[in-house]
Amino acid sequence: MPRPGFVLEVDRSTPPILFWRGENFSLEKLPAGRSRVIYPPEPIAAIADIDGAIRNALLNPIDQDPLPALLFPGMKLTIAFDDVSLPLPKMQRPDVRQRVIEAVLDLAAEAGVDDVHIISALALHRRMTEAELRHAVGDRVYDAFAPRGLLYQHDAEDPDNLAFLGTTPHGEEVEINKRAAESDLLVYVNINLVAMDGGWKSTATGLSSYRSLRHHHNPDTMTHSRSFMDQHRSELHKSNWRMGKVLLDSGVKVFQIETTLNTDTFPPPFGFLSKREWEWSPRDRMTYLATTKALNRTPARMARNIFHSIEAPHQMTSIQAGEVEAVHRITTEHVYRQQLVEVKGQTDILTMGIPYISPYNVHSILNPILVQVMAMGYYFNMYRGMPLVREGGVIIMTHPCRPEFNPVHHPSYIDFFEQVLADTTDPHVMSQKWERQYAEDEWYKHLYRTGYAYHGVHPFYMWYWGTHGMKHCSRVIVVGGDPKTVRRLGFVPASTMDDALEIASDVVGRTPTITHIHTPPLMVADVS
Amino acid sequence: MRALRISRRPAKFAVARLISPISAVGAARLGPLDLVNDDAPALPRHEGWHRLQPRLTGICGSDLSLVEGHASTYFEDWVSFPFVPGHEIVADTDDGRRVVVEPVLGHAARGLPLPFPDAAPGDGDDYAHLVGGHLKPGIQIGFCKSTGGGWSTELVAHESQLHVVPDHVSDEQAVMVEPAAGGIHAALATWPAVDRALRAGEIPVVAVLGAGTMGLCAVAGLRRYVPGVRIVVGARYPHQQALARALGADVAVPADELSRAVRREVGCHVVGDHLTGGSHATIDAVGNSASIADCLRFTRPRGRVVLLGMPAEVTVDLTGLWHRETELVGSYTYGTETMPDGTRTRTFDLAIETVAAARLERLLSATYALEDFEDAIAHASAAGRRGAVKIAFDLRRSRKKVESN
Repeated sequence: MPRPGFVLEVDRSTPPILFWRGENFSLEKLPAGRSRVIYPPEPIAAIADIDGAIRNALLNPIDQDPLPALLFPGMKLTIAFDDVSLPLPKMQRPDVRQRVIEAVLDLAAEAGVDDVHIISALALHRRMTEAELRHAVGDRVYDAFAPRGLLYQHDAEDPDNLAFLGTTPHGEEVEINKRAAESDLLVYVNINLVAMDGGWKSTATGLSSYRSLRHHHNPDTMTHSRSFMDQHRSELHKSNWRMGKVLLDSGVKVFQIETTLNTDTFPPPFGFLSKREWEWSPRDRMTYLATTKALNRTPARMARNIFHSIEAPHQMTSIQAGEVEAVHRITTEHVYRQQLVEVKGQTDILTMGIPYISPYNVHSILNPILVQVMAMGYYFNMYRGMPLVREGGVIIMTHPCRPEFNPVHHPSYIDFFEQVLADTTDPHVMSQKWERQYAEDEWYKHLYRTGYAYHGVHPFYMWYWGTHGMKHCSRVIVVGGDPKTVRRLGFVPASTMDDALEIASDVVGRTPTITHIHTPPLMVADVS
Repeated sequence: MRALRISRRPAKFAVARLISPISAVGAARLGPLDLVNDDAPALPRHEGWHRLQPRLTGICGSDLSLVEGHASTYFEDWVSFPFVPGHEIVADTDDGRRVVVEPVLGHAARGLPLPFPDAAPGDGDDYAHLVGGHLKPGIQIGFCKSTGGGWSTELVAHESQLHVVPDHVSDEQAVMVEPAAGGIHAALATWPAVDRALRAGEIPVVAVLGAGTMGLCAVAGLRRYVPGVRIVVGARYPHQQALARALGADVAVPADELSRAVRREVGCHVVGDHLTGGSHATIDAVGNSASIADCLRFTRPRGRVVLLGMPAEVTVDLTGLWHRETELVGSYTYGTETMPDGTRTRTFDLAIETVAAARLERLLSATYALEDFEDAIAHASAAGRRGAVKIAFDLRRSRKKVESN
């Protein structure tokens, strides 16, 4: 029986706590008597018969006819799936998307459907490599569809293959992939890693264009999403749902398949990363010591390769299919069942260790802008109710924050760092002054469409993601970060945790209360 | 007089060339430069010559390359040894005027007919006069045995070379007039490419690679005299970037980021190492193989690269220049300029305006007595690294010493 999440009140006997630092970790002693550590729930049990569960979901969907009843010869069927940004880390083969897509294709074949397209719903993310596509959909599907051009990636800059469907009552333009829009049935295969994934966000975001995305990927929407993980208080969620209505009204028929995974994040050699420190065995301590010592001597590039080669043992805990909103309600319950931790009240300081990975740097570098989005966009927003840190409080994160970028994946990030952040760190100012130039840059478009580059506007979205967090907190401190880079982000560098607490004392006094979120694995704090 | 003198001693040049990468002080001490007490140069018996007593004289990159033994052998036939370096001069004349010296030894100074009426010393399309007339060979004061140079307490100069310094211009501003004139000349050399862009309805982008004294003066010149340009500067050191911005650059980035910054301005693509488009014109204020190659990479096809930094022997793949039909033009000095509005004026007149208006005295980082020349050379040689821009000799102190002796 997995144990639920846990809030540890730090006392004198509490051992030092594990903090991620990119491709390494450290143990930090938090002040006793006024610190607490939030541990995520242990991984819940996976479904024993995954293929059986998938087939059952397709045959017994929620608020929709069974999938076979929706399939007929001569129809246009499009299967869209979540891209390389999910799950994190990538899961051990077979990927759940492969299992679901194979099951859908079996039913399609039985129904005599032969016009099938499979599309990676990557929105403005980078295109997936062949290896990544094979990992996600499996060799059988890839070999059957890709060579014939029937398995491909959404291109948000291809005007000939986008369909404008209308506007929401709020004036939000809805434009999505034309093939998906004009199909008799759009089957969406999702992996719901966090509560903001899935639902109408799958199609209204994943298959859309800049013309649509700019209506909710902007500082105003992000400021009014409190948090992203709380659908009822997320403007981002509401905007996607309004766009979903436009999809429905324009006749797009969606069969949504959503899956959830448990938080079994790291395979055995790295198992200690998911454990509570006082439960570390001598072997765990030895592994920690050996790992950190070795990583200290390992070139960053090699360390990155080691970590990105990790395939997580996480497995499917639920699958539901059918009508988008009904499906997503149940999916969200499953996500919360795995991730929710009850927490009482806020503290002056929120601490976090930023790991090597985010949704936007799979097989790549967590560059400084992505460090920002992990801290201020994701970890800060891992709450329901109210933020873990009080308004005007301080965030302290640990990460080396080197000025390193992957020029293939993140070309516009380099310019964003050099040009935009040198000018302003204010999301509203940069959205007005710089966003359009980056969004419409032909070179970035070219790299997005033909290479493996994130869209030119993507670093802006990453910055906007942290809008609420940056506004909420009065200071953000990075322990162990490259000072010049940290300052460029508008944050404050500190050499040690003690140093950071000293710096924070200007704002929160000498005896602040502290919360540390012990993640990954993922969690959502239910703060009351 | 007290002077620093360079003699033709190949072994000394070789020693300086060997030592300079390790120690600029060593190169100054063991190289071809000597501090001497010598007779002042004889006043030529032709009309218009004056004795000058320098107040401040700058140390230029071309001076350093001589002292450090890196100068091109090209100049061997255009100079006369021994000579006293120093051509960025503010001085007092024997008739009581405070002047800056336009150092080129032109037709008038050599007693030869002018190439056209009112020609400046640097004008003319035939350089025969530089080795002719009644003076020894020498492209300018500071490279000619007959005249002496600014790194001394006394030299001679012709009336055609003298520009009276207005009262509101300080000595520290005045010593920047000569480099400012060089920068302005380079800035105006971008005009044909800028003009083409303006006529096409585009916003002309001019890139400047290098922000030492010459690069910064070029930025000041672009901002004041070339209308409508976006100036993008690549500078190695943060203080150079800050000065570039202060002098009118729209964007100043680290030098290795310049290509990216130019691309951001013009929104073109990148193929291999080359931008598909690029700046309309580029001023290379560095002048070595790498900088020329870089400039050719980010200047647009049929754009213009103005070579302001003095190169010596370089190795550059010119395939890109051929393919892109890039104009590569040199920018040595000053003379009579044709302005964007078609009027003609002297570069030195523009430079005198500019040093005051742009407060170029802020580029003068330190002055040294002539006797401290080893430290001065070392400082100038490492100016960027040491947060400096222009180093100069303060001859006012040396002059007093000579007078008291």
